[in-house]
Amino acid sequence: MKASYNWLKEYLNLQEVTPEQLADQITLTGIEVDSLIEPGKGLNNLVVGHIKSLEKMEDSDHLNIAQVDVGAEELYQIVCGAPNVANGQKVITALPGAKLPGNFKIKKSKLRGHVSNGMICSLGELGFSDSVIPKNAEDGIYILPEEAVVGESALPYIGLDDVIIDLDITPNRADAMSMRGVAFEAGAILSQKPEFEKITISESTESIIDKVQVAVQNQQDTPYYKLRMVKDVTVKESPLWLQRKLMNAGIRPIDSVVDVTNYIMLEYGQPLHAFDYDALGSKEIFVRRAENNETITTLDGQERTLSSENLIITNGEVPVALAGVMGGQNSHVTKETKTVLIESAAFASALVRKTAQSLNLRSESSSRFERGLNLATIQTALDHAAALMAEISGGTILSGTAEINAEQPVEKVVSIKLGRINHVLGTDLSLEAVAAIFTRLQFEFDLIEDQFNVTVPLRRWDISIEADLLEEVARVYGYNKIPSTLPTMESTPGELDEKQRLTRYVRRFLEGSGLAQTISYALTTPEKAERFSLKSSKTTSLDWPMSEEHKTLRLSLISGLVDNAAYNIARQSKQAALYEVGHVFYENNESVLPNEEEHVAGLVTGSLTEKTWSADNTPVDFYTLKGILEELFSTIGLKESIRYNASQAYPDLHPGRTAEIQLGGTPIGIIGQVHPLVAQQFDLEDTYVFELNLEALVQAEKNPVLYNTIPKYPGTSRDIALLVDESVTHRQVMDVIEANGGKWLQQVRLFDLYQGEHIEQGKKSLAYSLAYLNPEATLKEEEVNKDFEKVKTALAEKLSAEIR
Amino acid sequence: MELKDKLTAIAEKASSEIRVVSSLEELENLRVSYLGKKGEITQVLKGMKDLSAEERPVIGQLANQVRDQLTEQLAVTRQRIETEALNKRLAEETLDVTLPGSKPKKGQSHVITQIMEEIEDLFLGMGYQIIEGNEVEEDYYNFERVNLPQNHPARDMQDTFYITPEVLLRTHTSPLQARTLEQHDFSKGPLKMISPGKVYRRDTDDATHSHQFHQIEGMVIDKHITMADLKGTLETLAKKMFGENREIRLRPSYFPFTEPSVEVDVSCFKCGGSGCSVCKGTGWIEILGAGMTHPEVLKMSGVDPEIYGGFAFGLGPDRIAMLKYGVDDIRNFYLNDQRFLEQFKVKG
Repeated sequence: MKASYNWLKEYLNLQEVTPEQLADQITLTGIEVDSLIEPGKGLNNLVVGHIKSLEKMEDSDHLNIAQVDVGAEELYQIVCGAPNVANGQKVITALPGAKLPGNFKIKKSKLRGHVSNGMICSLGELGFSDSVIPKNAEDGIYILPEEAVVGESALPYIGLDDVIIDLDITPNRADAMSMRGVAFEAGAILSQKPEFEKITISESTESIIDKVQVAVQNQQDTPYYKLRMVKDVTVKESPLWLQRKLMNAGIRPIDSVVDVTNYIMLEYGQPLHAFDYDALGSKEIFVRRAENNETITTLDGQERTLSSENLIITNGEVPVALAGVMGGQNSHVTKETKTVLIESAAFASALVRKTAQSLNLRSESSSRFERGLNLATIQTALDHAAALMAEISGGTILSGTAEINAEQPVEKVVSIKLGRINHVLGTDLSLEAVAAIFTRLQFEFDLIEDQFNVTVPLRRWDISIEADLLEEVARVYGYNKIPSTLPTMESTPGELDEKQRLTRYVRRFLEGSGLAQTISYALTTPEKAERFSLKSSKTTSLDWPMSEEHKTLRLSLISGLVDNAAYNIARQSKQAALYEVGHVFYENNESVLPNEEEHVAGLVTGSLTEKTWSADNTPVDFYTLKGILEELFSTIGLKESIRYNASQAYPDLHPGRTAEIQLGGTPIGIIGQVHPLVAQQFDLEDTYVFELNLEALVQAEKNPVLYNTIPKYPGTSRDIALLVDESVTHRQVMDVIEANGGKWLQQVRLFDLYQGEHIEQGKKSLAYSLAYLNPEATLKEEEVNKDFEKVKTALAEKLSAEIR
Repeated sequence: MELKDKLTAIAEKASSEIRVVSSLEELENLRVSYLGKKGEITQVLKGMKDLSAEERPVIGQLANQVRDQLTEQLAVTRQRIETEALNKRLAEETLDVTLPGSKPKKGQSHVITQIMEEIEDLFLGMGYQIIEGNEVEEDYYNFERVNLPQNHPARDMQDTFYITPEVLLRTHTSPLQARTLEQHDFSKGPLKMISPGKVYRRDTDDATHSHQFHQIEGMVIDKHITMADLKGTLETLAKKMFGENREIRLRPSYFPFTEPSVEVDVSCFKCGGSGCSVCKGTGWIEILGAGMTHPEVLKMSGVDPEIYGGFAFGLGPDRIAMLKYGVDDIRNFYLNDQRFLEQFKVKG
């Protein structure tokens, strides 16, 4: 809402308050001021000029030489190229020395040998937006009315001496989408009661009832509907004061009829519509829902196909307007219009909203109907419009209004106790202080003991419950005067839950291991969403995405990490070490919502260390990442054992370098190398990834931390080297050793793995170190030897291992 | 020659030889050649048996004296040589201490996570619990239960990604307020919660808009919670995030789920309030929205607004990070350029 400071001055005494001060106070009291616009800022040397003579420049097809009276002793000769310039016009004249928007300076100059002592200006040259300039002034200079005083500053004539307070109206304060509403708001701030001019309307003896009948299909859709008629009008250009107000409010002046409806909308917040009565072709107005597929051609020339969700005004047969949204082509006011029907109504907000939304037709009018109206001024606005139209366009007002029967709207009474106010606001306000606030708001009230029974004026239809009044009191009192305390109450423990604690630990651990946290988009392409998923699931997609790029919710985090790695590698990074914690979205047949699971995933490619003068950069491999996970699992203290089972079930991972991670037999994640073909698509070298279901780790049973006595007795160790078939896995060897190790075996460590020269084809050599310890006594050589022999025998038997 | 003279001569010779020794090996050879079993002095002492009873103690005393002197000299010399050797070794081991060290590779939390954790920790310390929830929500919880019925004009404030007409990507973390409120047992104490997480809006991504961003909302409900408490809580938050000297300013605003509603500005942390480019010359920066929980929200969750009441607030960690660190493009948070991420590894 663009509120003119000059316009407000008609209702309030603003002598003591500058536009800046007023804007600041409005912001702090209730409505955010988006900006303060001074359209004439920096403009000077612009005066009213009077063209005394005009002659065509000889060697030009469009230039004229004007002799302009600017109030100086001599006439100014000004060259003008505007097509609409004419002798005798009063025009806006920029004198030499004038500064126009865009830092354009006017100087005395010569055009084709002719002196030009200034410039005759168009509105565009003065900074007016194309969207508000009247059509007839679009391609030329702006003509001032005859009464303009030669030599005076031209700025006030076109509203450039005004300051526009641009208000950002929240949905609850639609009452401030009118100048009267803003005046009440400013009045509450300044402790002034706004004064409005009394509307007097002189009606002819002829009655509107003989001309038009009104009916509505459903009074819930159309609770109020009123028409007035003005006949014998002459549609012309509006007077300057009206054009000026409209332009500063961001509305283009059209003609003397339409401008009045817009002006009334700005003053009261009541949108009006003007019909050309003769074009209606009937004596009837019927408001109803549209039939499905019924059409209307709106004012903008577009044919619109309607449905029963749209409310329309008809002439009894065909639609003549979309209720509250836009008029129809068939009945709108033209230059030839003689008889005008002015509509002032209230329509169901939701219907107007739906229609404007579905037809993509948001207008000043629909945005007001959507948020509700001041039911107290439906008639006043209509009367004022008729009176103004008759005044400006000539014509006479028929007596009475054509309207439907409707109950008079009733003002609500809302009660609140002083104690409640102080209880909620944390203040110590007195009865007098609260009473003063309601008075400033122009709310009437009874005070019974400490209870205020407030009669809420209809213009504040946003107020209906106690909390609404609380807000009014708080904001007028001043939010910044409210004291500052911390809640006092029963104390509650503030602590992370198990999942939050573990998630933070996992994050710290991975960061300590060199991985940086990323946050990717959860919405991605349908193809990427499915990649690397731990399990097969349908994806969840948006009904109406903005783009293919962000359409489907991810099933895995790895997919995003691969994107992130590719982004970095493409920008000359030699490595990427990244992780992410976030939700993946699996299908869920038991609920309308997908099954969201919190996962953690990591990716490494290149090297985790930089090559330096002292160390080489060892490229990462599968075991780099696996080592990180192993240490993670061991520090979480999982009770059940983790297994890495080779898997070929993941098409985006290397079939020979992928393992499903199981915890106590249940799959909880994957680790593997990104399939070389997939890596190639992303221009990545060898890239290793993992993804875990964090929730499974949260739920997993943990070993309690227990103290073990530091052994007093020395342990001993035995090394074993064995030659086995290359298909035998380390896990198999470990299983055999662990099963046959005897009770003193503490730890088994693989310290060598060899395959190649000096080893039989198809075989590999493994070397393990077995550590033995008896915590109670010094181990005897023979005991260890006996146990060690058992391991050797078992390995030979179970795995055909050749012990070397 | 007299035995006495012989001893003196040996002592002098030995002493001068020891004086020029430069290695431990030579020193040992000298020791053996003089004091060893077959050493010269030993030999002399062996010849003592041929001496007279008068001479023997005199020579004996002299011989012992010579031997002690040599032993002492040998020890001192050994010490000298060892020190020299050590000094030489240490000199050779000298490092260029200005060469770069071998750094362990460390990752870091995403800057948004850092901001969120900072806020979480602040509120944990004040006894709040952290409630997290699903990012895909029902329209009912996302809108209706926070007092935003179908066709409410305020729904325009939040463009929404729908999956079906009933299911959507949450546009704020407020549905968790309703979900937590309806579960909370007030006989066991007040409700103090914050809910951090990702939220989504149907926006075209550009420097200041992102279809995915983060939010932290907080809510406190009990029998006597005031707007003054809200103000104090927000002041604590603002000081924590932007510095001890910050002030806050409350402006009336509108959110369907609170009334009165406020928008909160913090005095500009860059210019301190005198006006600069960060605060667009106003001295204030808008950082969050808040208000007293709307009675309808309580009622719909089965909480009696006549007895219970409280406040709620919400802020955007993305915006806070942009303001705090001068990040000029919100998309940076989701591109995950390592050169961007690494800038936030200083933990102070």
